[in-house]
Amino acid sequence: MACSKCEEKTVITLQHGDLCKNHFLNYFEDKVFKTINKFQLIGRKEKLCVATSGGKDSLTVLYLTKKYCEKYGIPADNLFALAVDEGIENYREKTLIDLDKFCKERLIPLKIVSFREELGKTLDKAYPIINKGSNKKPCNICGVWRRYALNKHAKKEGATKVVTGHNLDDEAQAIVMNIFKANTSLAGRLGPISGIQENNLFVQRVKPLYFCGEKEVRLYTFLKGFQVQFTECPYSKEGYRHHIQEMLNNFEHKFKGTKQGIVKSFLAMLPLLQEQEKNKEEKIELCGKCKEASNKDICNACQMKEVLQDA
Amino acid sequence: MQATVFNEKEQETKQIDFTGNSVKELLEYLNINPETVLVVRKGVVITEEESLQEQDCIELLSVISGG
Repeated sequence: MACSKCEEKTVITLQHGDLCKNHFLNYFEDKVFKTINKFQLIGRKEKLCVATSGGKDSLTVLYLTKKYCEKYGIPADNLFALAVDEGIENYREKTLIDLDKFCKERLIPLKIVSFREELGKTLDKAYPIINKGSNKKPCNICGVWRRYALNKHAKKEGATKVVTGHNLDDEAQAIVMNIFKANTSLAGRLGPISGIQENNLFVQRVKPLYFCGEKEVRLYTFLKGFQVQFTECPYSKEGYRHHIQEMLNNFEHKFKGTKQGIVKSFLAMLPLLQEQEKNKEEKIELCGKCKEASNKDICNACQMKEVLQDA
Repeated sequence: MQATVFNEKEQETKQIDFTGNSVKELLEYLNINPETVLVVRKGVVITEEESLQEQDCIELLSVISGG
């Protein structure tokens, strides 16, 4: 089968046609840059912290953020990569090796922080203890601690934005999860720029891959020759997200454009959700323990840390 | 049709014998949703509509992140 734009062989069939390698790469990069510009994700004087894991999404977003900076004259010194080592055996150490190599080859400074140093225990050791009293799933614990560590270290390095590799599939899953669980306040925090209002205590998180499907991202890394080995988090199947992911992939296979439809409909409703949340006037203060941002006296990360200390 | 299939997610290579001659039919036989894999032959990505040859060696790369 030939590309819709030239005679070369097709590598992907999209809703609007078939694309060969070169036309796909151009289309993908153009889509990411248009997303950055349309939603003003990156300003010319920003200091950018790219949240990385060494997986396909974060390597792609790191590579394209660097390319965007070069295109728009943002100094190379304004970009660095930040990785969080959760302490999951036979998983994270493999992706961090790929990440380190990737950053060295492209002269991107990389900072790695770990749950063990930040919170006293690896996720593997903390999960059974916290789960015992709270029934919290590993993904719940990991999510809280990751956001905590990323925000803390991004701020420490003077970053004005945290760039993440969230893609269209991640966003569609999060939207559906929040609808199924009636979490309208969490839904209001989604979108290409996370969060409802700007606050100095939080570094805003932005998502340049917002309109890129997971399959497109994997294809991009393959065609660019990025070293991405498949490693599976041993906890991933325990999460609610896994079920939603499977459901949406089945839907997408039967009804092309489902994920994009979910995200586009959501974007149309997002201003209303954000307005509703703004009216609630949630107070953001400093956590009594770690002095990081929190909407309670003690932040969620420190509450879990206390459980570990008491155990 | 006979083919050798390496599944990245399972880290396993299998010899299979199925009825059909396209990538689409191969994935149906293996009960794999095309949304979740890239199909590669001789280092080149091929689409669902592509025809397969007898004794082709196929790699199925996982699209879904493991995290």
